[in-house]
Amino acid sequence: MVASSLKLQELIQEIREAKTQAQEREVIQKECAHIRASFRDGDPLHSHRQLAKLLYAHMLGYPAHFGQMECLKLIASPRFTDKRVGYLGAMLLLDERQDAHLLITNSIKNDLSQGIEAVQGLALCTLSTMGSAEMCRDLAPEVEKLLLQPSAYVRKKAVLTAVHMIRKVPELSDIFLPPCAQLLHERHHGILLGTVTLITELCERSPAALKHFRKVVPQLVHTLRTLVMTGCSTEHSVSGVSDPFLQVQILRLLRILGRNHEESSETMNDLLAQVATNTDASRNAGSAVLFETVLTIMDIRSAAGLRVLAVNILGRFLLNSDRNIRYVALTSLLKLVQSDHSAVQRHRPTVVECLREPDASLSRRALELSLALVNSSNVRTMTQELQGFLESCPPDLRADCASGILLAAERFAPTKRWHIDTILRVLTTAGTYVRDDAVANLIQLIGGAQELHAYSVRRLYSALAEDISQQPLVQVAAWCIGEYGDLLLEGTCEETEPLQVEEDVVLALLERVLQSHMSLPATRGYALTALMKLSTRLHGDNNRICQVMSIYGSCQDVELQQRAVEYNALFRKYDHLRAAVLEKMPLVERGGPQVNEAAKESKEVAQLSEAAPVPTETQASKLLDLLDLLDGPSENAQHPPPLDPTPGDTLIHLLDLPCTPLPSAPIPNLKVFEREGLQLTLSFVRPPGTPTLLLITVTATNTSGGDVTHFICQVAVPKSFQLQLQAPSGDTVPAQGGLPMTQLLRILNPNKAPLRLKLRLTYDHFGQSVQEIFEVNNLPVETWQ
Amino acid sequence: MIKAILIFNNHGKPRLSKFYQPYSEDTQQQIIRETFHLVSKRDENVCNFLEGGLLIGGSDNKLIYRHYATLYFVFCVDSSESELGILDLIQRWFFHSLEHVGNSVVTVFPLWLSQIFEEEGVLSMHKVFVETLDKCFENVCELDLIFHVDKVHNILAEMVMGGMVLETNMNEIVTQIDAQNKLEKSEAGLAGAPARAVSAVKNMNLPEIPRNINIGDISIKVPNLPSFK
Repeated sequence: MVASSLKLQELIQEIREAKTQAQEREVIQKECAHIRASFRDGDPLHSHRQLAKLLYAHMLGYPAHFGQMECLKLIASPRFTDKRVGYLGAMLLLDERQDAHLLITNSIKNDLSQGIEAVQGLALCTLSTMGSAEMCRDLAPEVEKLLLQPSAYVRKKAVLTAVHMIRKVPELSDIFLPPCAQLLHERHHGILLGTVTLITELCERSPAALKHFRKVVPQLVHTLRTLVMTGCSTEHSVSGVSDPFLQVQILRLLRILGRNHEESSETMNDLLAQVATNTDASRNAGSAVLFETVLTIMDIRSAAGLRVLAVNILGRFLLNSDRNIRYVALTSLLKLVQSDHSAVQRHRPTVVECLREPDASLSRRALELSLALVNSSNVRTMTQELQGFLESCPPDLRADCASGILLAAERFAPTKRWHIDTILRVLTTAGTYVRDDAVANLIQLIGGAQELHAYSVRRLYSALAEDISQQPLVQVAAWCIGEYGDLLLEGTCEETEPLQVEEDVVLALLERVLQSHMSLPATRGYALTALMKLSTRLHGDNNRICQVMSIYGSCQDVELQQRAVEYNALFRKYDHLRAAVLEKMPLVERGGPQVNEAAKESKEVAQLSEAAPVPTETQASKLLDLLDLLDGPSENAQHPPPLDPTPGDTLIHLLDLPCTPLPSAPIPNLKVFEREGLQLTLSFVRPPGTPTLLLITVTATNTSGGDVTHFICQVAVPKSFQLQLQAPSGDTVPAQGGLPMTQLLRILNPNKAPLRLKLRLTYDHFGQSVQEIFEVNNLPVETWQ
Repeated sequence: MIKAILIFNNHGKPRLSKFYQPYSEDTQQQIIRETFHLVSKRDENVCNFLEGGLLIGGSDNKLIYRHYATLYFVFCVDSSESELGILDLIQRWFFHSLEHVGNSVVTVFPLWLSQIFEEEGVLSMHKVFVETLDKCFENVCELDLIFHVDKVHNILAEMVMGGMVLETNMNEIVTQIDAQNKLEKSEAGLAGAPARAVSAVKNMNLPEIPRNINIGDISIKVPNLPSFK
């Protein structure tokens, strides 16, 4: 069958005449069938046309993988027309994930070494677009040769291909580093641009290269100066600025080279001042160069006067009427805010103005910058502005804005009350966008501010009464009402208006939350527990609450059902314990630097303490087990390892157990071994929260004249114990009382049996290897009782 | 580094797509769709910079775009590129692409406009330019780009290579392209001649060659030639 030899334009015309997507698909599929047949039958004269049509179909999204082999054939053809389309096809259809891509390596090699200029250019272009690591390794020598070719066109492309190769195979840096210095002396701007890019890439990858290239700083300065001085006369000038792209690249390289290096920075100072003052900023090209100059000045060790000049330039840009310029100004300020905070602070009012921009890109930048500029002196005004922004900003910025405000409040809050107010306001405005740990944080914060309990609970109550849809707010409010319900009903609080609250109204509100379809399961849990707590805080009878509990005892949600059943049991069978169980919570401990971790922990603890003191093990969830715990001080030994001491503390506190206080007197150390100056001492710790756990630290000290090396200590315990040996601090105990070696043992003793240890030591001392085995029977009683 | 260069029209139909990092075909189409979605939502007088979509890399990446008549030109770049520089490049590339791709009607107009552009400054002429284009040419600019997309690819390849800017001097680029086009034409001229001749003959619309030529009765008098001795 005669393959259609439509020209590309004719095919495009046909596709455009198709009125519907289905018609278009039909046209293309028919044509692709022709093309496939043509590839199969072989039509050397027209295959380039067929491939061009296929590439067009590919751009529109139709499958074109059967064209890959044809690309290879066309690349291998001697005609330039074929090669052009073939290489284009290779760039579009083949990438390093296809196995076929390696097959063009040979063709590229041939073209690079023997082809005419234009063909070499095609090959280099393809190599730099889709060249994989293997291809780059194979072809590196060829590209290196081309760096010395007489044709400027080829050299220009070869340099940029080298950049790509280094990105793929960093080891090739060694090959491409030497020619750079020479290439910098070229006059051709394209080659210069490529070389500067290459040097930048090399410097970014290796500190050694960075040092090496510091010596070209004078050359770069000279080149840039020439560019700046020549002005409009050259053919490279754009709006009066001579080759702005090259200027920008050189400035960027100077920044990298001058960073943290006095000498290079010195060399650049004058030039940078010249560029900053001579460049015309009324066009994009000039502004691009100026921005780059400013960033470079701020990043190197420049003179103070120069820095002032730079920041002033940025300030001017910030007030420019062109939005693009303002955008780039904001971006630049963001880059500087870490290193030159005070300089950027001066522009704070303008930045805050930009928050009101209708342009989403600009307001996003302004938001990021504003958040970075908040400090303890301006936190009140800034938060005010940011909260105003939060109310009107587009939805995709809300989450960032909300978490930003909360973070800033946490870091710089002047008073606790202000902090609580701020969080409250954020929760009311953008409750659905806050992060999960905001709830836990707020609860922790309120819990800690005892004097503000009454204030908080009133404000939260009012907020809740107005709107029960914002989940984080509802959760916090429910928790507070549960905890401090008595304060709510008490009467006046001097910081808010007097609020007369009836018990029934409070209960009704919580019930509403419980029943609302807008409430998440977690929120319902909070509400249920709050209701339960109110049974001890309020003075009325608890019939209403009991009713709710019995209704929810058959709730579909398993979590709620479990809680309701437990609370029911508390009402019915264990009423005498109810007051103790539902006492006010102690302050939840917050973890250290990792806020996320701490939040998770405190959330776990909050849930733990709320859901009636139930340990987090999966099996011990029934109230009856809890009562076993109540009866005696000995706890279940199956403690999950990650459980930190805090839940244990809370557990004990809540239960208010009449248990014997755990021994807190320190246990004396025990020396167990001594030989030729090497001593072994055991020290004991029994953590108060876990009575069955004993921590032993084995310390080996050496007072002799010779080092003890290859020291290994092994320990055995009787069968009923569990032993865990941690890695020692080292295996050498230096002589003359040097740093002792320590090793930690963890021993679990569930049966409280008398502890015995058997130790085996192997080490080298004074050139002899020693092995010692001995038992330790005289451990103090406190270690196992 | 430039991650991708896309041109699509006001309805999101791709007119040119070049990716400088390996993405699967599906991902490429998704990126085009997502970029169109993001860019088409923008107002007329906002800045030309946008945060990149999720697919093309997230926070480090930006979209730098220009909207001319019915076409969007979008560069997706990372933070190592100068935003204003790229913006400038798009502008100059657009004019020169048209010049060397389109027909004569279109060549003169943008050339004139581009000169005014560079002298009067970007902002003032931009609006005028877009409005004029809209009025006079409507689909002509887009059509040129559509029908000569391979040529636009060739021009682009001289400007951006491997995700990096190769050459910004438009005259150099144009010279190269002209030389390459000449090369193609000469190949088509010489080597293609025999093939073209054959296909021309094949396609010739010849009338039926009669099998039997009935000339009718011809009596040909054969003259008596003297014998030659």
